[in-house]
Amino acid sequence: MNDVIVQKLKEKFPESIDATNNFRGDLTVQVKKNDIVKVGEFLKNDPELSFDLIVDLLGVDMYRPEGRFEVVYNIYSIKNSKYVRLKVLVDEDDCEVPTVTDIWPGANWHERETFDMIGVKFTGHPDLRRMYMPEEYEYHPLRKDFPLMGIPDSIPLPRK
Amino acid sequence: MLVADHPKKSQILQALEDADTTVTIEDPLENTMVLNMGPQHPATHGVLRVLVKLDGETVVNSVPELGYLHRGYEKIGENSTYHEFIPHTDRLDYLSPLSNNVGYVLAVEKLIGVDVPVRAQYIRVLICEMARVASHLVAVGSMAMDVGALTVLLWTFREREKLMDIYDVLCGARFTTSYTRIGGLQQDWTDTCTAMLTKFLDEFDESLKEVGGLLFTNKIFIDRCEDVGYISREQCIALGMSGPILRASGVPRDLRRDNPYLVYNDLDFDVITAQESDSLARFYVRFSEARESAKILRQALQNMPQGPIHADETKKVLPRKDRIYTKMEELIHDFMLINLGIDPPVGEVYQGIESSKGELGFYLVSDGTGHPWRLKIRSPSMVNLSALPVMIKGAMISDIVAIIGSIDPVMGEADK
Repeated sequence: MNDVIVQKLKEKFPESIDATNNFRGDLTVQVKKNDIVKVGEFLKNDPELSFDLIVDLLGVDMYRPEGRFEVVYNIYSIKNSKYVRLKVLVDEDDCEVPTVTDIWPGANWHERETFDMIGVKFTGHPDLRRMYMPEEYEYHPLRKDFPLMGIPDSIPLPRK
Repeated sequence: MLVADHPKKSQILQALEDADTTVTIEDPLENTMVLNMGPQHPATHGVLRVLVKLDGETVVNSVPELGYLHRGYEKIGENSTYHEFIPHTDRLDYLSPLSNNVGYVLAVEKLIGVDVPVRAQYIRVLICEMARVASHLVAVGSMAMDVGALTVLLWTFREREKLMDIYDVLCGARFTTSYTRIGGLQQDWTDTCTAMLTKFLDEFDESLKEVGGLLFTNKIFIDRCEDVGYISREQCIALGMSGPILRASGVPRDLRRDNPYLVYNDLDFDVITAQESDSLARFYVRFSEARESAKILRQALQNMPQGPIHADETKKVLPRKDRIYTKMEELIHDFMLINLGIDPPVGEVYQGIESSKGELGFYLVSDGTGHPWRLKIRSPSMVNLSALPVMIKGAMISDIVAIIGSIDPVMGEADK
């Protein structure tokens, strides 16, 4: 099944697919950032593949100069009982990714969480508020340069 | 007088726009009212806060707010070794700690490539199903309590207590079990546990009948739950639901069957589905799933072979205590594993299990050191809660508790 997916994607989007990786049976496809919506739409609407369920969406801070953040989309096909991971690289100075909430509405809260924790903005997201931290909070706690013990006085106290 | 013209309007608005409030509401208080439910409301199952906009008694719109129990487990995971994180998984879904333990170690074992002996896999199936039964008992009982039937909760808690006693004998803790180890288990399953579990299973059918007798033909309960909290099959898939909510909408997705892990392939069980996709259907699905779990438990007890419960991988699996004290090699391995952690390969894996709430997944990114570079918890409660606005739109205010009860969220897991 993994080979079929890779072949189909490479035929359809020869320019958009940067790399594919198969580790312990998990298929990861690295996609160019601006093409994530069209690749996602294809994977969802292709009758043979039909990746219709978004399981998870997350951000990883790789802490490197080029493509510091990774946004990972973990999608599932109920028809084939198959997972696939899409991955896009995001630079720190251009920290924006097109939203996939139009394809999978379930991505809504995941994208909010990723924005809250990693600080990647999702352009076109209907409601990009923070998920866990207070709205005025200025840091993104899951970045690698955020200290484990937190930053003193960074959480605003309630007004009296 | 309309609420909008009320002289106290500005005060209400001020309270809503307090520094803690992170919600913006369009057309504020036209002739609708905004009600803040939680985070300390007894029927929200923890610290869930829901802002509901009401027209009379009908819910027009709602915004769930999370984060009141956010403890930063993903950050803690990045800063502890793979072993050190196991106790933290107890505190995610604290109604079924055993299956969280299993889900996490399965992900780590997939990453480092360890095969666990068959006996250990059977024991893991046993504890996963015990956790599911215990969690569904609480779900059924607390949902009935939310709509006014307090007795059911007391009866289901009595049954759950028997399972807690088994946990106690098995791993020395009733609640925060931390029972699994990477490549094995903390202790072996004993004959005492077999006897206790057999006794529990023998009485379980009867006690489920008792509980069912209180609810199945109870007009008040059925009226409160039927056609309440409807969500269509398409919406369920679009929003990424999993577990009993998805199955109550007619999608037979169960990871135990679709993407089998452990030894679920060798066990015979049915995937329970319902078509109605309302609160009552979710209640029935949980009820029947508890029965199926009892079936799995019996089979697993019968088929469980003898043998070791630890994988024979000295550089990855913690050695036994008695050998650490007597053997040089084991002492060195123990020292290295505790202080530096396992050396996994560089890579990333995702492993999901069918926990009682839905798909519980762990995504691990490894950079080759003893700490995970990134640990992401895919928690079913959080994703399932994202369907709450769809379910309660158009419902009555008193239905909200029945709907939250039928989602069965655990905030420890939703907030991580």
